[in-house]
Amino acid sequence: MRKKTEQFVWTRKHLLGLRQLTADELTHILDTAAGFEQIGKQTVKKAPALRGKLVVNLFFEDSTRTRNSFTLAASRLSADVINFTKKESSVSKGETLLDTARNLEAMGIDIVVIRHSAAGAATLLSRNITACVVNAGDGYCEHPTQGLLDVYTIRKLRGSLKGLKIAIVGDIAHSRVARSDMWAMTKLGAEVIFVGPPTLMPADVGRLPVSVSTSLDEIIEKVDVINMLRIQFERQSSNPFPSVREYSHYFGLTVDRMKKAKPNIIVMHPGPINRGLEMESEVADGANSAILQQVSNGVAVRMAVLFLVSQAAAQTNV
Amino acid sequence: MPETLLITNGHVIDPANHIDKKCDVLIIDGKVEEVADHIPNKGGKNSAEKKVIDASGKLVTPGLIDIHVHFREPGDEEEETITSGSAAAVAAGFTSVVCMPNTKPPVEDETDVEYIHRKGRQARKTHVYTMGSITKGQEGIELAEMGFMAEAGAVGFTDDGRGLQNTSVMLKALKYASMFNKVIAQHCQDDTIAGEGVMNAGYFSTILGLPGIDSLAEQAILWRDIQLVKKLRNGNVRYHAQHISTVSSVELIRQAKKESLPVTCEVTPHHLLFTEEMCAEYDTNYKVNPPLRTAADVAALKEAIAEGLVDALVTDHAPHLQSEKELEFLSAPFGIASLECALGLYVKVLIEPGILDWPGLIKLLTIGPAGVIGIDKGSLSKGKQGDVTIIDPKAEYKIDVNTFHSKSRNCPYNNWKVTGRVEKTIVGGEIRFEAPA
Repeated sequence: MRKKTEQFVWTRKHLLGLRQLTADELTHILDTAAGFEQIGKQTVKKAPALRGKLVVNLFFEDSTRTRNSFTLAASRLSADVINFTKKESSVSKGETLLDTARNLEAMGIDIVVIRHSAAGAATLLSRNITACVVNAGDGYCEHPTQGLLDVYTIRKLRGSLKGLKIAIVGDIAHSRVARSDMWAMTKLGAEVIFVGPPTLMPADVGRLPVSVSTSLDEIIEKVDVINMLRIQFERQSSNPFPSVREYSHYFGLTVDRMKKAKPNIIVMHPGPINRGLEMESEVADGANSAILQQVSNGVAVRMAVLFLVSQAAAQTNV
Repeated sequence: MPETLLITNGHVIDPANHIDKKCDVLIIDGKVEEVADHIPNKGGKNSAEKKVIDASGKLVTPGLIDIHVHFREPGDEEEETITSGSAAAVAAGFTSVVCMPNTKPPVEDETDVEYIHRKGRQARKTHVYTMGSITKGQEGIELAEMGFMAEAGAVGFTDDGRGLQNTSVMLKALKYASMFNKVIAQHCQDDTIAGEGVMNAGYFSTILGLPGIDSLAEQAILWRDIQLVKKLRNGNVRYHAQHISTVSSVELIRQAKKESLPVTCEVTPHHLLFTEEMCAEYDTNYKVNPPLRTAADVAALKEAIAEGLVDALVTDHAPHLQSEKELEFLSAPFGIASLECALGLYVKVLIEPGILDWPGLIKLLTIGPAGVIGIDKGSLSKGKQGDVTIIDPKAEYKIDVNTFHSKSRNCPYNNWKVTGRVEKTIVGGEIRFEAPA
C-alpha cells in the first residue's frame, strides 16, 4: 500500500483523542486493524501479541457495548482482562479517580481503558500513572476508538475517505463521537457537515473544520455518508428541542428522507439507537445500514489500538 | 508598643497625596507623623529614640490593600486559616485584606463578623476586614442582617462565589445597604447562562468537551445591575463589580463611569495573564470563576486599566487542597492561590509592558481599593495609620510555592521569574514582615 505507512513507527503509549493524531498515525492504526481483522475470521480467534499483559477496563459510565468490544479485543490478543466498573466518580466522598488508578497500578497493570463522564479524565490519568491509557470516552470530549471504527468502516466500503461528504446529524454539542469523527474524517480528507438545531451545536462551531446546516432535507441529497447521533437525554440540563415528535420531523432519518439520498449512501449510528427518534427501524435495518459492520470493525480497531500503545510502551521502557 | 520608626532615603510613592520622590517617612505611636525631604534622626520635637530603616533604592508606599481574598475560615481550615492567610498577606506587602464571606457557614451576622476580626487580631499580621453576605445563607432570597454586620465593621456585602440572581432582591440590597453607606459587591454571573460551565464557552470548551460559561453570563448581570444603580442614583448607593473578565464588561463600566454612576470594578492578575487556552491540558490550576477568557478580553482589561476605568487590583486569592485540584477538571474547585506572589505578577503584566507606572500601580493597590470599600486607609497623610510597604523594585526572584505562608499550593505561577519584591511590611507602626536576607 502506501510506502510512508510501511516505514511508519508508532510512538504513542496513550490514545487520548484523535485531535492530537496526524493523518499518517490514523492511517497506521487503520492498516494495523485491517491485519487484525483476519484473526476474527480464523477458527482459533487468538493471537499472542499481548500475552502476559494485563488490561483493565475502568468504566465509570455504563457501556456494555464498548466494554465488551475492548474485552474481546484484549482477549483475542491473549491479554488478561479485569473489568472494573464504578457507577459514579467520587467528588468529595470516596476514592478519587487518581487514587483508584494508583491502586490499580500497584497491581501491575499494563493498559488502562477508561470511560468517564468527565472530559479530560483519560488525560488526567495519563499524566499520573505509568501504564498505557486508552480513552474509551470522556464526557463529551472524545471517543477515539469509535471515531476510528467509523473511518475504518467507511474506508473499507469506499477505499478511501478523500473527497467524501459526510453528514453528522443530531446532538453535536454533547457528542464525543461527533468530535472524534470530525477530527478523524477531516484529517483523512473528507468533508464534514454538522446537521442539527442551533441549540445542539457547540460554542464557536464556526471555528471547527466543518460546515454547519440546520436542514437535513437539503443535506441528505449531497452526502456519501450519514452518521446519526444518539440523542443524549441524560446529558441535557433543559431540553434543547420542544418534543421528540418535532425533533424527528426535522432531523429523523425516515424512509421518506432516504428516498432523496444517493442510492449507495452509507448509514451509520454509534448505538444504541433510539428507534423511531434518530431513525426509523426500516432504515436502521435497511440495505444502506453499516451499523452492524461498525460493531464488528470495532473489535479489530481496538485490537490495533491496544497492540500499538503496548508496543510503544515497550519501546520507551527499553 | 509600636516603636517610633524613621524610614529614610526611600523613594516615596503616595498617589493620594501626589508624592513621587525621594523623601523620609516618620511614624510615631503607630501613626504617620510626617513625610518630608529630610527628617533628622535626633533632635527636633520628636526627640525620642527612633528605629531607622534605610530604604535606599527602595520604594516606600502606603500599605497595600487587597479587597478580595478567601481565607476559608470558618469551615475549610485545611485549605487556609486567617492566621496562615494573614502571614501570606504581609509577606506580599498587604497591610489590609478583605475576606469574602462565602465561608462555611457564610458570614451573615455580627457574631460572624466579629469572629473574623478576632482571628485577624490574634494573627497579628495584617488588618483583616470582611464583607458580609448580601443574603441569608447566600441563597439569594432573603437579605442578611446588613445593619448589624455593618455596625460590627463589615466593609461591604457580597454573595461572591456566585452571583445574586434575583433582580428584586438586588434592588432591595442596593437600597438597604445604602442606609449604612456600604458597597454591594457582585460576582457578575447569570446562573441560567453559566449553567454547569467550568471554563469560557468557545472553541476551546468545544474541543475539550467541557461545558462553557459564556461571557454573556457576566454581561447580562452587570448590565442589569447598572440599570438598577441608575434607577437609584440618588443617595449612598454604591455598586462594585468584582473580578470583571470580558470586553463587554469593560464597555459597560466605561459607560457607567461616563455617566458618573457610583459603580466601581476590580481586576485579577490571572485575567490579565492568561487566556482560555491555558485550560487545554485540563490543568485545574487554570480553573477559575469567572473563567479565563480570550485574548480580546485580556486586551480590553489592560486597556481599561490604562484608561483609569479600574478602581482596584485584587488577587481573588482562592486556596484549595491539592487533593481537590487533582480531581477531574469538571469536579475540581475554582480558584488560584496567588496572594503571595501578587506584586511580582502586577509588575510583570502592568509595569513591564508600560501599561502603568509605579504610582499608577500603587494607586490601584492602595487608595483605589480603600475608596471602593470606604476605609480611611491607603495614604501616608499625617495622622493615618502607620501602614507602609517597602518594595525593592529591581529585585528579581523565582516564585516558589514551597516558600508560601499560605496553606495551599494551587498556583500556576510556580517557578515564574518576576521582578519587584516586598522587603518590609509595616502595620500600625510595627514591622510585621521582613524579607529573608
